[in-house]
Amino acid sequence: MVDPEPARLPRLNGTSTEAIAMSAQPLTFASHIHHVHHAARGEAPWVRWSLIAIALLFLALFLLMPLALVFVQAFAKGWETYVSALADPMALAAIELTLLVTLIAVPLNTVFGVAAAWAIAKFEFPGKNLLTTLIDLPFSVSPVVSGLIYVLLFGMQGWLGPWLHEHDIKLIFAVPGIVLATLFVTVPFVARELIPLMQAQGNDEEEAALVLGASGWQTFRHVTLPNIRWGLLYGVILCNARAMGEFGAVSVVSGHIRGATNTIPLHVEILYNEYNSAAAFAVASLLAMLALVTLALKSVLEWRLARQIDAAKDEE
Amino acid sequence: MSIEIRNITKSFGSFQALKGIDLTIGSGELVALLGPSGCGKTTLLRIIAGLEAADSGQILFHGEDTTHRHVRERRVGFVFQHYALFRHMSVFENVAFGLRVRPRGQRPPEAEIRRRVQELLELVQLDWLADRHPGQLSGGQRQRIALARALAVEPKVLLLDEPFGALDAKVRKDLRRWLRRLHDGLHITSVFVTHDQEEALEVADRVVVLNAGQIEQVGSADEVYDHPATPFVCQFIGDVNLFHGRVHGGRALIGETVIELPDIAESDTEQALFFARPHEIEIGGDGAGIVAVVRDIRRRGNAVRVELERKDGRGAVEAELSREAFGRHAIKHGDEVVIQPSKIRVFQP
Repeated sequence: MVDPEPARLPRLNGTSTEAIAMSAQPLTFASHIHHVHHAARGEAPWVRWSLIAIALLFLALFLLMPLALVFVQAFAKGWETYVSALADPMALAAIELTLLVTLIAVPLNTVFGVAAAWAIAKFEFPGKNLLTTLIDLPFSVSPVVSGLIYVLLFGMQGWLGPWLHEHDIKLIFAVPGIVLATLFVTVPFVARELIPLMQAQGNDEEEAALVLGASGWQTFRHVTLPNIRWGLLYGVILCNARAMGEFGAVSVVSGHIRGATNTIPLHVEILYNEYNSAAAFAVASLLAMLALVTLALKSVLEWRLARQIDAAKDEE
Repeated sequence: MSIEIRNITKSFGSFQALKGIDLTIGSGELVALLGPSGCGKTTLLRIIAGLEAADSGQILFHGEDTTHRHVRERRVGFVFQHYALFRHMSVFENVAFGLRVRPRGQRPPEAEIRRRVQELLELVQLDWLADRHPGQLSGGQRQRIALARALAVEPKVLLLDEPFGALDAKVRKDLRRWLRRLHDGLHITSVFVTHDQEEALEVADRVVVLNAGQIEQVGSADEVYDHPATPFVCQFIGDVNLFHGRVHGGRALIGETVIELPDIAESDTEQALFFARPHEIEIGGDGAGIVAVVRDIRRRGNAVRVELERKDGRGAVEAELSREAFGRHAIKHGDEVVIQPSKIRVFQP
């Protein structure tokens, strides 16, 4: 039915090796130029090394040392104090609440982030720029202000406060308020991560899937999701770290009721204010470990993500 | 299956992409939509596929109105300009996708899917690439996989958007002959979009020339080349020289030059456009003609292109001579010669 042309492919291979052989000379020439150029542009060695030293010293002083100090302080009074500080019912309640808030906020913001990124990257609609700006709003507003907004809205003196009170709904100084505040401050992470990735990948593959008869869900599940999975995971991890570590906004709406509305960061603050620094650092070490795990996952994902974006560019 | 396009219009904001397109494509035909970028050809193709909705008008497949049928249900094969292969799937899974996403009742069993995909990969002569990923393929290979994937769902219509646009010249030539032969084997109604007139003329049964959202001409390759219906078609298809002048008593008057038009019975007109292709320009005729100076001489294989500047200051003329004719005339750079179109197309604005 079709005339096979097997001869063409070997011939194509032939020309490509030829091209490589021909480029061998210009290549050495180019590397020579590169070398000269580098020497002309490069700074004196002492400048380079002192810049590197300053950067490393700064990192050690302001990042590594404090991080190490958290663990040193946490174990200052021995293993037993450390374990008992974590086993304290109030600490356990704080951990439980933090996990609960995270379990609600992260999935919700993941769904929202994917939906928003999908809409922004793949469709044209009026108000698109506004939506993009709004997604960034939590980044530009101080978390304390975000918390205050909720108090002003739902607090007893707030707009909706009396109505909520009448219907016996308690948002502020209760768990729902903490969830809302955490949701607000962690909105941007997933969407921000996905928008550039989805824009780079374009719409073609989704359209191809539709033409081939796939439903909307099949298209998302088999085409879109695999293409964004590393970016999505990256956003979720950052979102998770922030949801667990958020202090400002949560502090305003929490009311600091021990064993009821204290999250891990709030519990650390209370312990510290009570001069119980060993216990404070013990609980804080949990957050520090979360940071380390997040950092490790983040660098692995960054590497995968860079490859995914490169692949998207190659397709162009 | 035939495709009938009835009075399709489409606007993007204030830009009118398609201004009332009527076109019938016969069953088993291979038709090219040809036009410059922005002429609406890709939009028309996407409307046929159902990827874009027309503002008004109808699309009929085999006499049946499909205007409001979802792209999923139209059973078209679509080959995208940049292939749009699923980058995270192997070549095999790419081709199998259309079969795997079918509802459970209509989905063929796994063994049948394997057999079909294998068959299609053999058809495009790439069965040895089944386990590779799209990123590991060359442009020409991606194109053929995209075609195999589109054919997997046994489409009734095959639509190709600039199928050879992103390939280098040599691969493009091979691939378009291959596509022509593939079509001759499958006889599936096919429409492809291109801005390359050579490609359209070589591959298609019929060429639809589009410009600014309207059809300028529909015809076979020979028809649009030899008998262009409009000045646009004349200028778009192949190289052409344009002369301004008038028609009087069966003769063309270009400036002071009079050219007999034996086979043209145009009524007299004060303003006319004359077109002549470079190979229809004769150099060194006897007396009557346009006086021009030779500006440049370039050899192109067996032909010689001579660029001339008209003495009356009304622009440049390009002539193409065979090597023999060129040798006979002994033309040199800077020579003053008399040129005369041996064949001319007349359009009255």
